[in-house]
Amino acid sequence: MSTQSGNDLSYVRTEMIPEKEPPLAETGIIKWVRENLFAGWMNSLLTLVSLYVIWFIVSHIFPWFANSIWDAGSLTECREVRDARFGSDVSSACFAVISDRWQQLIFGFYPSSGYWRPLAALLVFLAALYPVLFSEAPRKLLLLSAADPFVMFMLLWGGSIWGPIAVAVGFGVGIASYRIALPIVGNLFAIIASVVVPVLYWLFLSGVIASALSSVLPIGLPFVESKDFGGFTLSFIIGISGIILSLPLGILLALGRQSDMLIINKISVAFIEVIRGVPLIVWLFTASLLLNYFLPPGTNFDLMLRVIIMVTLFSAAYIAEVVRGGLAALPRGQYEAADSLGLDYWKAMRLIILPQALKISIPGIVNTFIGLFKDTTLVVFIGLLDPIGLSNAIRASTDWNGVYWELFVFIGLLFFICCFSMGRYSLYLEKKLQREHR
Amino acid sequence: MKKTVLFGAMAVAGLAAGAASAATLDDVRAAGTLRCGVSTGLPGFAAPDANGVWEGFDVAVCRAVAAAVLGDANAVDFSPLTTQVRFTALASGEIDLLARNTTWTFSRDVDLKNEFVGVNYYDGQGFMARRDLGVTSAKELDGATVCIQTGTTTELNLADFFRTNNISYEPVPIETNAEAQQQYLAGACDVYTTDASGLAATRATFENPGDHVILPEIISKEPLGPLVRHGDQDWGDIVRWTLNGLIAAEELGITSANVAELAAGTNNPEINRMLGSEGELGAMLGLDADWLVNVIGSVGNYGEIFEANIGESTPIGLARGLNAQWTDGGLLYSPPFR
Amino acid sequence: MTMPSEAPKEAFRLSQLIYDTRYRSMTIQIFAMVALMLMLSWLISNTIQNLQALGKDFDFGFLSQPAGYDINQRLVEYSSQSTHGRAALVGILNTILVAFMGCALATVVGVFVGVLRLSKNWIVSRLMAVYVEGFRNVPLLLWIIAIFAVMSESMPQPRAFREGGGASMLFGESVAVTNRGVYIPAPVWGAGSSILIAVFVLSIIAIIAFRRYAAKRQEATGDILPVFWISVGLFFIPSVLFYFILGRPVSLEYPELGGFNFGGGIHLRNSLIALWLALSLYTGAFIAEIVRAGILAVSKGQTEAAFALGLRPNRTMSLIILPQALRVIIPPLISQYLNLTKNSSLAIAVGYMDVRSTLGGITINQTGRELEGMLLLGLFYLLLSLFISWVMNIYNNSKKLKER
Repeated sequence: MSTQSGNDLSYVRTEMIPEKEPPLAETGIIKWVRENLFAGWMNSLLTLVSLYVIWFIVSHIFPWFANSIWDAGSLTECREVRDARFGSDVSSACFAVISDRWQQLIFGFYPSSGYWRPLAALLVFLAALYPVLFSEAPRKLLLLSAADPFVMFMLLWGGSIWGPIAVAVGFGVGIASYRIALPIVGNLFAIIASVVVPVLYWLFLSGVIASALSSVLPIGLPFVESKDFGGFTLSFIIGISGIILSLPLGILLALGRQSDMLIINKISVAFIEVIRGVPLIVWLFTASLLLNYFLPPGTNFDLMLRVIIMVTLFSAAYIAEVVRGGLAALPRGQYEAADSLGLDYWKAMRLIILPQALKISIPGIVNTFIGLFKDTTLVVFIGLLDPIGLSNAIRASTDWNGVYWELFVFIGLLFFICCFSMGRYSLYLEKKLQREHR
Repeated sequence: MKKTVLFGAMAVAGLAAGAASAATLDDVRAAGTLRCGVSTGLPGFAAPDANGVWEGFDVAVCRAVAAAVLGDANAVDFSPLTTQVRFTALASGEIDLLARNTTWTFSRDVDLKNEFVGVNYYDGQGFMARRDLGVTSAKELDGATVCIQTGTTTELNLADFFRTNNISYEPVPIETNAEAQQQYLAGACDVYTTDASGLAATRATFENPGDHVILPEIISKEPLGPLVRHGDQDWGDIVRWTLNGLIAAEELGITSANVAELAAGTNNPEINRMLGSEGELGAMLGLDADWLVNVIGSVGNYGEIFEANIGESTPIGLARGLNAQWTDGGLLYSPPFR
Repeated sequence: MTMPSEAPKEAFRLSQLIYDTRYRSMTIQIFAMVALMLMLSWLISNTIQNLQALGKDFDFGFLSQPAGYDINQRLVEYSSQSTHGRAALVGILNTILVAFMGCALATVVGVFVGVLRLSKNWIVSRLMAVYVEGFRNVPLLLWIIAIFAVMSESMPQPRAFREGGGASMLFGESVAVTNRGVYIPAPVWGAGSSILIAVFVLSIIAIIAFRRYAAKRQEATGDILPVFWISVGLFFIPSVLFYFILGRPVSLEYPELGGFNFGGGIHLRNSLIALWLALSLYTGAFIAEIVRAGILAVSKGQTEAAFALGLRPNRTMSLIILPQALRVIIPPLISQYLNLTKNSSLAIAVGYMDVRSTLGGITINQTGRELEGMLLLGLFYLLLSLFISWVMNIYNNSKKLKER
């Protein structure tokens, strides 16, 4: 109720009128829609085109997905089920092929009682990554990471436990011979000894020791042959071993490319450019067709190992470029500081330069890995049964001859999940590094 | 033999395979398995089942040889091989035997240094077209788009056929059978050409097989057979006579069901010689006397293998045709076991 | 105590080769060189031994033997009677063609998507993000196969273009999109067409010259000429004029349905289009990220400064943002071009007859010359890669920030 008197001309509002709702077009969804979707004619046009594209794709694919059939023993059965459920002219996905063969797409021909082994190997790999990728982890864990390749090898291929141990001991032999030789013959010869002794050990002793030990104490997992690997397990193994093995070589190549020594520099540059200039598929054909020409007559080892060697060389060149970027990104002062402390080249690299450079390079290395992981699909052209190769083999069985899209959708989805999450991780690392550098 | 530097250690773990020495038989015996190259997947001829066990007509040849040499039809390591790498894999000693629906040609036998040991399937290149296209003969295909699989003799035959008939065509080369099938069904090509057996197998899996016809022309001879490395005649003899044994067994009525009974001795001297109750044929090959008993006992005779994998009772549904015994008007004709 | 004098001249000792830093690098290099030489000679001697054992020789003579197979897409004259060398050449040209087309389209797609991903329009930027992530995270091989199959399944068959077939040709009966590829009209060069081409080339040169002049003039005086419209005019008017003056020397040959397929015109095969699209979309997704990062790398102050100077948004983009962003964009763009070129070797998946399918595929398969064939193939790709990076580096240097 107002209390103003009638003849007083001055007007003083003593009471606020209640707040009005903002105009409908300026609030809530409508405002958001107007600002984000229909601001200006160009923007509106883009929105409409996008909506049309989405509708077009969904309307073509959705019924196929919605009518999918998961329980059938063969494509013919699938068609019968479809005719019974939806009628014969309805498009329908036959995902029964996935429920029938998913183990094969993921594990290849790995014995089904051992499916836990590739999974355990993957877990071991992730555990090994933890101290490498997260600097807050205790440094001692790095030693465990170093042991991981042997554990993974053991888990994947199996066989006697003594083989990988005998090989791993070789590294211990190397370090020991360095320590022993150092006071006697000096640094250089100690280094040479630390290389030569373990090589001799691997060549002549490790086999004997391993077989002796395994005959005395036969511990181990059932042996699985390389030819039984397939599907995503194969992709992961080739990708992961390619990256792990190529790291040392890649770092050496990067250092070589930065080196002042003309010949070393030229050799590194030539290696990197030749590897990077030629498509992976050509290198894979080299592995399968030509590697036997280059090795001593009569030598022969399995295709998977040859592919891993080729992929290692291939990714080493890419890793070298990533690490070179890391080295170049370090401030010049770090190099000069190391020099002024009187550190020699290797010490400077080991203690000052590489730890920093590698840290910057991790996102690049992860991206290289994603690329490599996707590229492992190319091994289908040399007859290894990766997911795509297996999809061909599955189609060749009379049950599933004629199934086409379902297999590709499944494979594509799995690849997407793996690569997308790794990509996100590398992005997160990059952002974190940027924050730390501020 | 562990010759590889640095891989010595890996050889311990069994990663590095042994070297190919002159005597393949000794290598196979030492390894305990036969390494056999097969197709990466061809319906009816080679494909892994849901348990990863390889099955098929070509696979059966591998199993037969393993049974002859090692007494165990399952002692086979299968290497799936693409058309591009198959001969290299054989030449380099990666595999001991290649049974990958490979056509026996002069240049492959002589120039590429392989040794074909026989023919396990007489095939020929044919054409499949849609029924509503109204084509009744391959000679009416002037200007047609033709789907072919690359890397095989197929594309050479095709070029020759169209050139001799002086008609034009548009080749659409495709890498795998599955893709070729998809392209053909989508109508991206008018005709699909490959070996007639492959055409029949493919057609059988179509939703409406009746909509497609296989044209009467067979434009090439495609004797498909197993092959071994050039230069080891003894090993070649073993594979050749295992194959002949399969064929002769059908002719003589030896089956997986009655082989054990016949092995005890019959009044047919050739059966006796084959099954080891008479003569020394097995020893001449360096094998056990009951080598063919093992073979037929585990994989059956040629006819049984045919029926189980590609015969009329299977979805592939191939008729015997040329692959009938010579007594039935076919081409299968095993030299005598004598 | 004596004052430190000049370092005493010592006789050269062998141990200096190892311990004296002046000589050590030389020692290491010579060691590396010797090791490399030994390694190479080991490999070569192995190869010679292996070749002998197989009874093969090292001989490029197979290149002059008749190939015996047909190639559908050939940019130069080729038949099944031509030589393997000729087949390799056809393959090389096909590789270069798809690589060039791919790089061009990938750049367009990449720039377009990269800019749209920064759009304020929620739905558009999301859609672009889905596209980029989808293509980047699934193997290219799958995309090539998928696009190939989609094209052959969704487009009409040539038969559908017959009476009552339900499909019709585009652009006034001149372009037919079928599931076997796209048929477009082919130009037929009549008499006098060489003059027309010369006129066209001249007008292109004139456009470039005019643009240079306009840019110079703008730098000097600040006047802005209507560059775009004059360029368009120069592009069309002289050529069209001469086309009629010379009495229409160039005519078009339209594709026509006959027999099983369209005849006449230019046939862009499905395999080419699928490979081209897949390569461009895949690489385009990577380029989009590069472009986005490049634009974001230019600080916002630059835009604001340009607006403060009174430049309109499109001029801000072309004069201020893009030149600066380009410096960040070009180096990673080079490696994307290289990747695309190398990835074109996946042509085998759709049966596009590139050099890997002809020389590195059928030829090796038919002749058994894998050593020679792979060597040639590797060498070709290496030279192509070096050539591309050489050209792109020249361009990069011309765009680099000139620091004085």
